[in-house]
Amino acid sequence: MISRTVRRKDMVPITWYIALGSVLFMIGVSGVLLRKNIIIMLMGVELMLNSVNINLAAFSYYLKDLRGQVFAVFTITVAAAEVAVALGILIALVRSRGVFSADKIDTLKG
Amino acid sequence: MIFGLRDVMAVIPEAIVAGAACLLLLVDFLIAKKRKIIVAALSIAAVAAAAFFSLYLVGTDVMWKKVFAGMFVVDGFSTFFKFVLYLATVLSMMLSFHYVKEEDINTGEYYTLMLFSLSGMMIAASASDLLSIYVAVELMSIPVYVLVGFLQKDARSNEAAMKYVILGAFSSGVLLYGISFIYGITGTTELSAVAGALADPSMHTPALSIAIIMLVAGFGFKIAGVPFHMWAPDAYEGAPTPITGFMSAGPKAAACAAVLRVFTEGLQPAYSRWVVIVAIVAVLSLVYGNIVAIAQKNIKRMLAYSSIGHVGYALLGLVAGGTEGASSVMYYMAVYAFMNLGAFSIIIMMRKGEQKGEMIEDYTGLAKTRGGMALLMLIFMFSLAGLPPTAGFIGKFYIFMALIHKGMVGLAVIAVLMSAVGAYFYIRIVMLMYMKDPVNPVETASSRGLYYALAIAAAGTILLGVYPGYFIKLAQMAGGSL
Repeated sequence: MISRTVRRKDMVPITWYIALGSVLFMIGVSGVLLRKNIIIMLMGVELMLNSVNINLAAFSYYLKDLRGQVFAVFTITVAAAEVAVALGILIALVRSRGVFSADKIDTLKG
Repeated sequence: MIFGLRDVMAVIPEAIVAGAACLLLLVDFLIAKKRKIIVAALSIAAVAAAAFFSLYLVGTDVMWKKVFAGMFVVDGFSTFFKFVLYLATVLSMMLSFHYVKEEDINTGEYYTLMLFSLSGMMIAASASDLLSIYVAVELMSIPVYVLVGFLQKDARSNEAAMKYVILGAFSSGVLLYGISFIYGITGTTELSAVAGALADPSMHTPALSIAIIMLVAGFGFKIAGVPFHMWAPDAYEGAPTPITGFMSAGPKAAACAAVLRVFTEGLQPAYSRWVVIVAIVAVLSLVYGNIVAIAQKNIKRMLAYSSIGHVGYALLGLVAGGTEGASSVMYYMAVYAFMNLGAFSIIIMMRKGEQKGEMIEDYTGLAKTRGGMALLMLIFMFSLAGLPPTAGFIGKFYIFMALIHKGMVGLAVIAVLMSAVGAYFYIRIVMLMYMKDPVNPVETASSRGLYYALAIAAAGTILLGVYPGYFIKLAQMAGGSL
């Protein structure tokens, strides 16, 4: 019990977690919007989703509510499914074009 | 937490569709490549069974109460949307019979993926918790990513799928970031509890504004509202044509249902905070979609911009709010499913052999050679433009009335002006068909599935325009449950 109260007093403030989450989110967003390599863009998306997981887990701990952690588990699962499909499509694309760069994928425009 | 029989009863339609999709993946092995139409027929039968159970649930005590610990609800609103979704899926499947043979993508997975997407859309219409909404929206989008890239030999299709999946995943990230803030502020993700927590004005912090902006952006991507629309024209052009129709009628309607539920149920106490942002997205979509569509040469791309414009009208219904606003969006989505899939059936009819039939000039003089087809296209184009006596007119009229009743006359005026701009490019096609002489001989496909789909779409477009009373009453009853 005593150790528990000590831990609560020294707890990392929630704003730190939110700050970490938002920094990761911004890195992820800039990775998707600025980089040209599609694999890096997908990594950016993963960073965005993981920043959300940090937020959810932190809120969940501070609110003493398990919902956020359950949500994070769902996010991880769905993100895995999404990336599996994205990589499959990428393989089909590389087979037909032989390029990884988003700049060279420009048949569709208007 | 123990779930009872009532919880299971409530998800029977979804379970039928998802279960049928899993089973059909196995059945597919037993069916020869030439006879994949059996898979399609079984898929349509599964949708019909789900529709039967949705109808059956209407009178029972399963309705109106939240099940699965507040994750899911069967109410009038979701039932109305589910019927729009059944309609969109069945029509798209019927459109596909001919097209998949023409493109040599005649596989069982094609129909199975549509069923998986349908199950996600149905849950999205019924979900009443941000968690179930997120999972449902992903379940409906991921199969569509695959379907967009189904023409493996066509570089355009691969490219469209890649752009769609990256921006789709990106938008999910943005949406989730908003959801995580809503959870942090209110301590819950269940929509009615979110509304309860937000009723306290001390909750209205700047963080809530960030959350709302993120939610609007995330959902904006899903429904392709400006400025989150950039994937739509490419995905629509590159996708197999029946899938383009499916995307614009099915997932879009389901995402609109989720948006309506999140904003009018969960975030209603913060109405004054989101209404301006949603109105801006609506007006931008109207202006951009209708104006850029004029410059298009490819008819699928033109309809993509037109669908961006139509999202603008739907969002205006959300801005109007209340029962009238919600039911106007619901009616509009039903109308849109009929008229848009009708237009896509004509485009698919033009796809035969070497002839792509995707360019607007291909329709020159169609009335001289294919009178019936040109007449049907005229009905769909008039409806999309919003001319009486078609359904498109009633749908728009109802949204404008909802806006005017709320005193938002300025928005209504912009919407009317933009529908006048929109009329230009729809009627240009009618003019090309009727006023010009044919340049190249056209070949058209004949397929029973196409004829049935055309008949249903045309009947719906005219019926909802000439005799809207009953359907508007249905939408009002269903919209009242929000």
